[in-house]
Amino acid sequence: MEKLLEMKNIYKSFDGVVALRGIDFEVGYNEVVGLLGDNGAGKSTLIKIISGVHSFDQGEMYIKGTKIDPKKYSVKVAHSLGVETVYQEKALAEKQTLWRNIFIGRQITNKLGFINIKKEKEETNKIMRVSIGFRGIGADADSTIRTLSGGEREGVAISRAMYFEADLVILDEPTMALSLQEVNKVLKFIQDIKERGKSCIYISHNIANIYPVSDRFVVIDRGKIVGTYLRKDISLHELSEELIRHTEQGKPVSQGEREL
Amino acid sequence: MGNLNNNVKSKITTKYKSQIALLIMAISIFGLFMLTSPEVFLKGRIYQAFLSTVPIMGFMALGLTFVLAMGEIDLSFPSVMALSGYIFVLVFETTQNIVLAFIISLLSGAVVGFINGTLVTIIGIPSIVATLGMQFLIRGFSNIISRGLAKRVPLDSTFSYKIFAEKLWVIPVQSLWFLGLAVFFYFLLMRHKFGEQALFIGDNQEAARMMGVNVNRMKTMVFILMAVVAAFAGIISCYRMRTWWPTMGEGYLMMVMAAVFVGGTSMFGGDANIEGTFIGAFIIGSLEAGIVAAGLSGFWTQFVCGILIIVSVIIHTLAKRRKGS
Repeated sequence: MEKLLEMKNIYKSFDGVVALRGIDFEVGYNEVVGLLGDNGAGKSTLIKIISGVHSFDQGEMYIKGTKIDPKKYSVKVAHSLGVETVYQEKALAEKQTLWRNIFIGRQITNKLGFINIKKEKEETNKIMRVSIGFRGIGADADSTIRTLSGGEREGVAISRAMYFEADLVILDEPTMALSLQEVNKVLKFIQDIKERGKSCIYISHNIANIYPVSDRFVVIDRGKIVGTYLRKDISLHELSEELIRHTEQGKPVSQGEREL
Repeated sequence: MGNLNNNVKSKITTKYKSQIALLIMAISIFGLFMLTSPEVFLKGRIYQAFLSTVPIMGFMALGLTFVLAMGEIDLSFPSVMALSGYIFVLVFETTQNIVLAFIISLLSGAVVGFINGTLVTIIGIPSIVATLGMQFLIRGFSNIISRGLAKRVPLDSTFSYKIFAEKLWVIPVQSLWFLGLAVFFYFLLMRHKFGEQALFIGDNQEAARMMGVNVNRMKTMVFILMAVVAAFAGIISCYRMRTWWPTMGEGYLMMVMAAVFVGGTSMFGGDANIEGTFIGAFIIGSLEAGIVAAGLSGFWTQFVCGILIIVSVIIHTLAKRRKGS
């Protein structure tokens, strides 16, 4: 069966430091996958490869059955294939207005490349009002990002992904630094993705939050996939135990050395 | 809701606070000149002089505004002015073809810009260091090929002299070029995809990259833009004096930077003010004449210039701080 995303034996290193060593990873149509693992395990590298920010050194990647050429793959290509990434507030430019942030990289322009500011502002205001209920925050299209709170920024980043109708939404730490209420909004957003028949990958440290909305969990450790679990087969408690087991397994040598 | 309306209203006043302050500053400086030396500043001639000299530094100030918007700096433009000016004169002298001279001169600027951009993006040298090196290199190169000798050139014998050096009625054409270029740069920076991407890079380079902006290509293109306007400044200088001279452009580095900073563009990137640069160029460019006309020695120019830079940057910084809160 064709998968939405398929990665086979993916390798990636930065200046000689190996970040990913033979990753096999896939996301099905209408599936929500949680990517779990310690800091430095390679989660961010993996999603940056999927979203076109980094290229991979070795291995094969398919999106909707199309083979990806790492040399030609880019954020723009990813967008055109329906892959949209939310890097929380990290991917927002603080001094710029909301409307510029929503449309950066995909500006509504005329043939000469001049931006249709009126249209972009209208669309932005629409997004702010309708999208996912981050409304009434006293901000409009002309507000700069730095006047917004952390939750509001997250809202803008998520709205941007929603607006461009992605088939695969990637969320990088979507619930970090959010209030309880805001976390609920993000979870609602993931549920919406699922209900609309789309797929989602998210990275989170807080598995308790994310557990109920997921279909499958993939644990990554030091550049390798070390475990895959379907939610229907594993309780939250068991999943936590598994995570702890993996992280402890990953470090016995170094800890032992330190104790000596 | 009331909060929202309030918000919008205060945004409009704070948005232009810097510009308003700058305009008041420009008016008061010229007012002061008129008071201290009415015989000079109440006549048209001095303004005609400004309108033909200020644009040359103004072109480069516009280019530098773009570079700063992107969070980088370029120190090589005064030398580019000399090199491209020389190439312009040389090509014209040998071929008598003014269009060809223009094209090759502007291209030489583009090549320098491309090298600057490559050093910064591909090699990864900070722009202040890369362009400092290029500033010496290009100056040396233009001295080597010209053997350090000035060159007279009879540009007034060509028709193009009317377009680039004479007056339209009483207005020197250089100022019209400056105005046109300023309007073009304004639209390029604030209304065009190109400028928006430059602002994003200056604001948050990683964000720009993650949203699909080709950061390296953009940076290289902006360095090219800067060098091409510097080449243009060199050409216009040759027209004005009908001479090329080897120290062309020297002394412009600080003046141009002063004009840009007085105009309210910040060093931090992501924020630029083309209108401010336009006014700033006239403020900085008219100081010396005004001070000398007032009967003070030239030493006062630097002193007053320093005060102006500090005061205007304080005003811009405070205006922005309030905008942010």
